[in-house]
Amino acid sequence: MATPAAVFPPVAFAAVKPQVHWQDRLAQGLLIAGCCTLALFLLAPLGAILVKSVQDRSGAFVGLLQFREYFGTSALKQSIWNTLWVALAVTAVTVPLAFTYAYALTRSCMPGRALFRVLALTPILAPSLLAAISFIQWFGNQGLLKGLLAGASVYGPIGIIISAVYATFPHALMIILTALLLSDGRLYEAAESLRTPTWRKFFTITLPGAKYGLVSAAMVVFSYTVSDFGIPKLIGGNFNVLAVDIYKQVVGQQNFNKGAVVSFVLLIPVLVAFVVDWTMQGKLQAQFSARAVPYVAKPHRAFDAAMFVFCLAVSLLLLAVLGMAVWTSLIKFWPYDLSLSFRHYTYGLIDGGVFGAYLNSLKMAFVASVAGTGIVFVIGYLLEKTRGMRGTKAAVRLLAAIPMGVPGMVLGLGYILFFNHPDNPLHFLYGTLTILVISTIVHYYTSSHLTAVTALKAMDSEFEAVSASLKVPFYKTFHRVTVPVCLPAILDIGRYLFVNGMVTISAVVFLYGPDTRLASIAVLDLDDAGDIGPAAAMATLIVVSSTIACLLYAVATRVLLTRTQAWRKPSTAG
Amino acid sequence: MKRSTGTRWQSAASKWAVAGAAIGMLVAGAAAAQKTELLVYTALETDQIKAYQEGFNKAYPNIDIKWVRDSTGIVTAKLLAEKANPQADVVMGLAASSLVLFDVEGMLLPYAPKNLAAIPAQYRDAKNPPAWVGMDVWGATVCFNTVEAAKQGLPKPESWKDLTKPVYKGKIVMPNPASSGTGFFDVTAWLQLWGEADGWKFMDALHENIAQYTHSGSKPCVQAGSGEFPIGISFEYRANTIKAKGGPIDLVFPKEGLGWDLEAVAIMKTTRKLDAAKQFADWCASKEANELYAANFAIVAIPGLSKPLPNIPADYEKRLVKNDFAWAAKNRDKILAEWTKRYDTKSEPKK
Repeated sequence: MATPAAVFPPVAFAAVKPQVHWQDRLAQGLLIAGCCTLALFLLAPLGAILVKSVQDRSGAFVGLLQFREYFGTSALKQSIWNTLWVALAVTAVTVPLAFTYAYALTRSCMPGRALFRVLALTPILAPSLLAAISFIQWFGNQGLLKGLLAGASVYGPIGIIISAVYATFPHALMIILTALLLSDGRLYEAAESLRTPTWRKFFTITLPGAKYGLVSAAMVVFSYTVSDFGIPKLIGGNFNVLAVDIYKQVVGQQNFNKGAVVSFVLLIPVLVAFVVDWTMQGKLQAQFSARAVPYVAKPHRAFDAAMFVFCLAVSLLLLAVLGMAVWTSLIKFWPYDLSLSFRHYTYGLIDGGVFGAYLNSLKMAFVASVAGTGIVFVIGYLLEKTRGMRGTKAAVRLLAAIPMGVPGMVLGLGYILFFNHPDNPLHFLYGTLTILVISTIVHYYTSSHLTAVTALKAMDSEFEAVSASLKVPFYKTFHRVTVPVCLPAILDIGRYLFVNGMVTISAVVFLYGPDTRLASIAVLDLDDAGDIGPAAAMATLIVVSSTIACLLYAVATRVLLTRTQAWRKPSTAG
Repeated sequence: MKRSTGTRWQSAASKWAVAGAAIGMLVAGAAAAQKTELLVYTALETDQIKAYQEGFNKAYPNIDIKWVRDSTGIVTAKLLAEKANPQADVVMGLAASSLVLFDVEGMLLPYAPKNLAAIPAQYRDAKNPPAWVGMDVWGATVCFNTVEAAKQGLPKPESWKDLTKPVYKGKIVMPNPASSGTGFFDVTAWLQLWGEADGWKFMDALHENIAQYTHSGSKPCVQAGSGEFPIGISFEYRANTIKAKGGPIDLVFPKEGLGWDLEAVAIMKTTRKLDAAKQFADWCASKEANELYAANFAIVAIPGLSKPLPNIPADYEKRLVKNDFAWAAKNRDKILAEWTKRYDTKSEPKK
């Protein structure tokens, strides 16, 4: 593959206002289609459940009565405060951690970078309840490291924060990594020739370049923590947060009306995130201009060593969580019989009837990965690179931000109410694997979308302008320039959707039918019945297969990357 | 929302409906020739399902059961959300208190199974024909971890009142009645046993000793089994399975009286496979089926079939409180609001 400079000879570019062309119309049409698809599979189901907040149980309109009743409860203020401060604490820990990790991966020459990259994924390889089981065994009342908490209980804010940091780390890392990968090496070269001190380069080049990624990552971490109920439900003790309030209303009392009210409250942080994102849009400039040269790290002993130690420490902590779960799957009965056996594996596979579910999971995750990556990236591309359409673009941005603030449970119930409605022409989707795929893509849309957009934003729109002036249709530019340049991000999104598809529970638990049970749900069932060992065993199987899938994926894409990313190599730089 | 989408789709929907009905009839016709598929929603345990399915198919080989299994809360929420267009033909092994909800919503088809006469009034819906028929009883049980108790010097409790003693401070877990049916029947049992005032007074005292309110009825016993907390208020089936798996627990049945609920069967009003559904309901109320339930539960709907189960006292049935389902259902919101006000606002778990 030729370098971008060769494809596009450096034409002196002046802002020409191009005429509206049928190609623009095509792009705009596609954008509208994308917007409608998101509206259909996100907004409509959400609307179907949120409308219940102004109804009573029988479906009669009651205005704001449900809101008044809910806001009248004394527990609410406590829940809101708990939710907020825990989410802020998680964001404050996760984002710097993920940034340093990403910085080490992209700006140092430490050994084992590829391995560290894969290890950082481990938290999303296993169902989230595995982490909660593991943290309880490390720090619970029978925990091996209970002493470290100095008498404090893991059940409560401490447990929620460590579990949530663990769970959100890969989500934040993927976005920040994308932002750091696409920076212009020439800026650093220029700085170097001006003898700019390292700290200054960091604050004037690196940080501003990664700003969008950092803010996006913070939003994702914050919203994820706010809307996730799995972690606080298992390890939160009596510490009330809003997401658990929804669980109590919906699953405990089948009060969809109150559940819808709390869901509305949970959407507030998402709206704040959207406004922040919106105000940042105008101030952003692309880092990666058409003439950009990728940054290549130079060896620096002390720095590389420090970064290596940091990544090693983080990776070991991540592995310790997984390791405890694997150990749990092999011991007979925690904590009274620690002898090893494989019986949990045979029990889970045979009595738990997990094997068929496991195949369903693989199929579902694979389709979600392939279809989802395509949809996410194309919509992201149209959003960033088409002209005009401000209104539609704002709508798409908002739609893409919403999923991270919607608890999966709410999404799942919305899907039932909307797609199972007898008048819905899409009713045939209900109960099929397809609807599981769709709900999974929608549920994990935000992080995927932000990764795509972060990659695309870093690319100078000069590429499009030049192609347009050369009368190259946009889809050719998309295919020949945009996709190859963004391939690392695209592959990340694919892997992200796959591993999440293997472990997702909260939305799909309401949507699977008799023939589409998933492995992650089987794990939840086993844990619920107190079969912690078999649950850990099944989760370990999921981890192992996701790891194998990731490795195969890595090998397969390596070829692709060496072919398309040659321009990133130093030989072509300069 | 519902209204506007409805009108927008009306014309399209009618076309789809005709096409769908045509296909549906074809499919149904083809299926009738071979086997009828019956979609059953359930909260039964996986290993129970296997035994019950085998038993059913011995009697009715022409009906193929498709199961959707999940916890009571999830299955109940799913059924209510599907109300506009129910998928299930039959519900089996779900709490009677959930089935009462569906009955109020008009989702159930009352049906008197063949063997109804053998089932006492307290184990089925009071109406005739009944909207639901009970299978077995699951009742409150306290799981007491003997290993941790010895380490921490805890005496074995014999009654509910024992659990309020200061020695158990921070040692007890129980299900949150706002998220678990098991937790809810504990609370209603105490209120019915001692009356409102004394019932709440007891819970005030118990609250002082509670380390955690969990979101599942099984969890307290799971935690007791692994020694996370030495005492868990749970139910007897879970207690027995935990003990069988190696948890060093004793089962305690507090002498004042035990809260309980029924696992029950009901036919969905919307089923298009009424004959198969009725045959299924007949089987669920049969002696053969009740004999299978007896392998898991100490009390089954048909009297005299119970087998003695390990760890469960012979007079278990006598220890159950007189449970007024209608009263509990009617006052549910009020009781939970009061409970939440009293005990749910404290954020920090006590040690």
